[in-house]
Parts: sequence; structure tokens; C-alpha cells
Amino acid sequence: MKNIEMTDITKSYDKQKNVLNEINLTIGEGEFFVLVGPSGSGKSTLLRMIAGLEDITDGIMKIDDRVVNHLPPKDRDLSMVFQNYALYPHMSVEQNILFGLQAKKVGKEEQRRRLIETTDMMGLGDYLKRKPRELSGGQRQRVALARAVVSQAPVCLMDEPLSNLDAKLRASMRVEIRRLQKRLGLTMVYVTHDQVEAMTMGDRIMVLHDGSIQQVGNPIELYNEPANLFVASFIGSPKMNIGKAVLNRAEGRLIVEDELNINASESLMSDIPNDASITVGIRAEHLTYATKEDATHFMEAVNVENLGNETTIAFELNNEIWTVKWPGQWEIEVGEMVPVKISCEDLAIFDTGSGRLIRAAKRVSKGAVPV
Amino acid sequence: MTMPLGQKITFYVLLIVSALLIFAPTLMAFVMSFMSNKDILTGSMPTSLTLDNYRQAFSTFPLMQYLINSVVVSVLIMLGQLVLSSLAAYAFVFLEFKGRDILFYIFIATMMVPFEASVIPNFHIIRDLGWIDSYAGLTVPFFAMAFGTFLLRQNFKTIPKELREASLIAGMGDFKFYLTVVMPVAKTSLVTLGVYGFLTSWNMYLWPLLATTNDNVRTVQIGLKQMQTQEQLNQWGVIMAGAVIVIIPTLLLLFLGQKKLQKGLTEGALK
Ligand SMILES: Nc1ncnc2c1ncn2[C@@H]1O[C@H](COP(=O)(O)OP(=O)(O)OP(=O)(O)O)[C@@H](O)[C@H]1O
Ligand SMILES: [Mg+2]
Repeated sequence: MKNIEMTDITKSYDKQKNVLNEINLTIGEGEFFVLVGPSGSGKSTLLRMIAGLEDITDGIMKIDDRVVNHLPPKDRDLSMVFQNYALYPHMSVEQNILFGLQAKKVGKEEQRRRLIETTDMMGLGDYLKRKPRELSGGQRQRVALARAVVSQAPVCLMDEPLSNLDAKLRASMRVEIRRLQKRLGLTMVYVTHDQVEAMTMGDRIMVLHDGSIQQVGNPIELYNEPANLFVASFIGSPKMNIGKAVLNRAEGRLIVEDELNINASESLMSDIPNDASITVGIRAEHLTYATKEDATHFMEAVNVENLGNETTIAFELNNEIWTVKWPGQWEIEVGEMVPVKISCEDLAIFDTGSGRLIRAAKRVSKGAVPV
Repeated sequence: MTMPLGQKITFYVLLIVSALLIFAPTLMAFVMSFMSNKDILTGSMPTSLTLDNYRQAFSTFPLMQYLINSVVVSVLIMLGQLVLSSLAAYAFVFLEFKGRDILFYIFIATMMVPFEASVIPNFHIIRDLGWIDSYAGLTVPFFAMAFGTFLLRQNFKTIPKELREASLIAGMGDFKFYLTVVMPVAKTSLVTLGVYGFLTSWNMYLWPLLATTNDNVRTVQIGLKQMQTQEQLNQWGVIMAGAVIVIIPTLLLLFLGQKKLQKGLTEGALK
């Protein structure tokens, strides 16, 4: 079992622009660590540096308290699942899975034992003699996973392993990978650009943007207290509704996008520095529906998506589109003025210039706790 | 592709005519090899078909020896080219070193140098090495092949980099990766290159002529020429019989491997 420690890790391909900037990070042993960020943010690069496939331009990388900056991949005792599976096209499933073991000189009997164990776990028993091209995407995926698992390396790296699967298979693979990791106690570094995967699988998540760490924390932390506007809009689906706001201290009102006039509480006003220009964010579930009588605001619906168990409604607010997600089926016409309730306690306040969080939303939507 | 019937007929007629025109000499040689000398010289249609010419070709000339020499030389060149080209291509694709691409372009530029231009220096070298009249002298100068390296490099480049990286993580060295992954994956191109190399060396004329002085190592193409000069003009049937034997491997390989050959040769081309 191993931990991974990075100190001021920097990477530049062309010696001019940094693809990764001074990454400081410790991944604990047995942890499921998710790296998430938009395309081109440097996730794969970081993963490949952990694997030893990419030079480290600057900084120190330690695995198990040993500096590994110049250690070749094979001596790092890890396994990796590549984004495109990287299966050997001319080898059967069985050969593919055992490929690494042969190179590591594991005994024949031990190979058999692990093969059977792994393929049972992955449900690949029937396909052992097939070539990769005779498998479906999901089956190939499982072969790639099996190849990583069979090596029994304590550190496992995965680069967007589910990106090519359909929604249903993806959901079940998420559970399978997660279970496997817990059972084997692997230290897992998992790259994805899908925030649902990040939220559901990770013990901790790191959000990467333009090669810099935006925030590291457990999923709920990131959701409730996003460190900045980028994290706020990246984590959560639908994304957090964002709007520029002006605080009128004299009247105790917060005016959002020149349209919404929200009652500001004392504590909110005291949290906001005097001359700050601010942006507010509100989660879709905090824009709650109201009857005409207790509504605080009316907003114009511009799009309604009825999904059966819930309804997504988009409102126009100046130039921003805000979305809400309400349980159940709602009969709302496009163009209708819909009564909603907004409370200043649900607003997250950000500094417009730096994007940094000034004050997190005070209420979180807790599920009912059974007694 | 669909086209009007009239157009189709025109196309096919044109194709058949040109095919006949191109194939006519071969066909004539084939027919003549079975004709008696009398028929050939009078220019009449064959009155009777006979295998005498073949018997004579084998009995009066060391044709068998020529054939064996040709096979040995062609196979050696083919293998040498496959090994060297694939190793070089591997280095150009999977090994990273400074100036790799520049080196590759210089390497490729040697394709522009016609073989004839290097004949004299090559000849000097094999003479100094004492390789005249030896299989080494006939084959080694052809082992390094820019075209083959180019072809295989293009093919190797289509192998995802991740395959190499996966093998790195598994702890596999370059040579093992080359043998167990790259070679099997690039099979089609290797076969193509092999066939191409075999045929080119089989049909080689100038170099074997220079590098050999006796029948022990002489290849069949030279032997054929000898037949023509040593014999009287009235032995055309025998010469044609020899020629037919010589082109058999070419035709065989072409018929068997035409599809593969085409696929492999165009693989490196821009799509
Ligand atoms: N070999 C390379 N040479 C030069 N630049 C590269 C190389 N590989 C990646 N980059 C650049 O580094 C940046 C980060 O790339 P990286 O592959 O890490 O992104 P990513 O976060 O994995 O994105 P994606 O989600 O699309 O896979 C990109 O701007 C990319 O163009
Ligand atoms: Mg990537």
C-alpha cells in the first residue's frame, strides 16, 4: 500500500508555457482520488507523470516516501488503464490480461489463479479466447480493467476509462470499479472530465483548470463550498446559477443582474467587504417553487424539460440563463411568469475579480435522517 | 459504382485491348516455349506442342543452379531488408532521441539517389572485401533500404503510443516489444515489403552481372542472357522456355498476393 506525494510539480512541454503549475498534493494510501477538469487542463499529463511516462520538469514526486522523479515506469509498481484501453490487437483476451505478468515473471500457476479470479470478477470468462476487436466497447473496457487488476499493483491509475461507454453501462461500471478499489485497498488516481463520475466515486476530488489546482476536497465540500466560481460552475449538475450582483447596504437589498431584488440579511452584509464587486451563485435546488402568495420573485420560463420524475426549467435573467430542477411533473408554458422563492441564505457570494468565494450558501439540502 | 451500360462496355473493351497489348509479349513467349523451332522460324501458328524446349533448357544450361542461386539471393535480400528496415523503423517511431526526424528525412532523401549512381562505389567495396562471386557480395549491398524503412515507419506510426506505454509499465524492454507486439501487428506491411523485396531482387540484372564471374553464384536473369548469347539464333524456343521459368515466381506471387500487396503499398500514402 502506498501514498503519493507531489511537491511543486511543474510540467512544460515546450519550455515556455507551463501545462502544470506547482502542484502540491498528497494522495493517501487506499484513497480513491479523482482528478477532474475541462479538456486540456492537464489531467492526463499529471497522471502520466505519476506513471513515469512523462518527464517531470520541476518539483519532487514521491511514491511510498521514495523520490521517483527518475524511476522508470516498471519499477514504480503500479498499473494503468488507458483512455483508449491500449489492448494488444493481435492477442486474445487471455493473453492481454496475462501480458504484464509474463513480463514480471510471475509463475504459471499463480498466473492461472489470478486470471480465473479476475475474469470471474469482471464477468469475462466466456471471452478469453477472443481478440479485442471481437468485443464490444464495454467488454474491452473490462479487459483493460482486468489487466490492471491482475497485476495486483498497489497503485492504480485510470485515465477516463468510462468515457466511451453508454450511460447505463457507465453507471454500473462506476459501481464495479469503486467496489473493486475498496476490496483490494488500491490507491486509485482516477481521471475524468465528467463531474458526475467525480462526485459519485471519489473519496476526494481535485479540480484542475489551466494546469493549476482550483480546489481539493471531498465531493460534498466541493459542492457546498466551492472555492471559486470555476469550481462552482464545474461541480454540480445542472450547474450553479450565476449572476452579477450589487449590494445596496442602505436599503439592505441585493440586486442581481439588475433584475432580481433580494432581501439581504445583516450577516450577509457584514460578510461582504465594502468595496467588493460581487457575483452570486445559487444551486438549482435552492430556487424553490412557491405559490403566487408566498413567492419572492417571478421569473420568465424560456425552456421546460419534463423528464417524468423531475422537471428542468430554464429562466432568463438579463443575459444569463438560470435553471431549476423541481421534483415531479410541472405544467409550465414557455413565456409564463413563474413564482419562485429565493432566500439570501442560499446564495454563495464570490468576488467578481478574483472569482474567490466570499461566503458559502448557509443552507444545504439535507435528506431526511431516519431515526 | 454504377454507370450506363454503353459506357461500361466501352470501358471494358478498352481495358481488354490494353491488357492484351501489355500481356502480348508474355503470352507470345509462353506459346513459343512450347513450339518447335521450325514453327517459330516460319512464323506460323503452332502445329504441335512439345516440352522439348524445357528439357533442352535444363540439360544444356545449369538452369537449376541459376534458379537455386536466385532463390537464395532473393530470400537473403528479403530477410535482410525486413530485419534492417523494421529495426530502423522501430527506432524512428518508438525511440526518442535528438534529431530523430531530421535523421529520418536525410535517410529518406537517399531514395532519390538512383541505384546506378552507387554501383561503382559498391563494387569497389565488395571487391576490396573479396566478396566477388559470393552470396554476400550479391546480397549485403541491398539490405539497407530507405523505402522499406519509410513504409514500415508509416505503418508503425499507426500503432497507438499507449501500447508501448502499457508495455513500459508492465516492464517490457524495447526488443521484446518489437518482437511480440510490433512485428505481429505490422504483419500485412511486412508481407508486402517481403514480396516487394523478393521480386525486386529476383528481377535484378545489373548488380549480379557485375558481382559474378562464374556459374556457381550467377542468378537466373544473368543465366538467361548467357543462353541468348551462347546459342544460335535458331534456339528461340529454348530461350523462351527459360524466360517462362524465370517469370513463374513473379506471377505466382502477384496472383496470390495482389490484394495484400496493393493494400500494404498504399497504406503509407495519404488518405
Ligand atoms: N506531448 C505533448 N506535447 C506538447 N503539448 C502537449 C502534449 N501532450 C499534451 N500537451 C498539452 O498539454 C495540455 C494538457 O494536456 P492533457 O492531455 O494533460 O489534458 P487533459 O486534461 O487530459 O485533457 P482531456 O480531458 O482532453 O484528455 C494541453 O494543452 C495539451 O495541448
Ligand atoms: Mg486526457
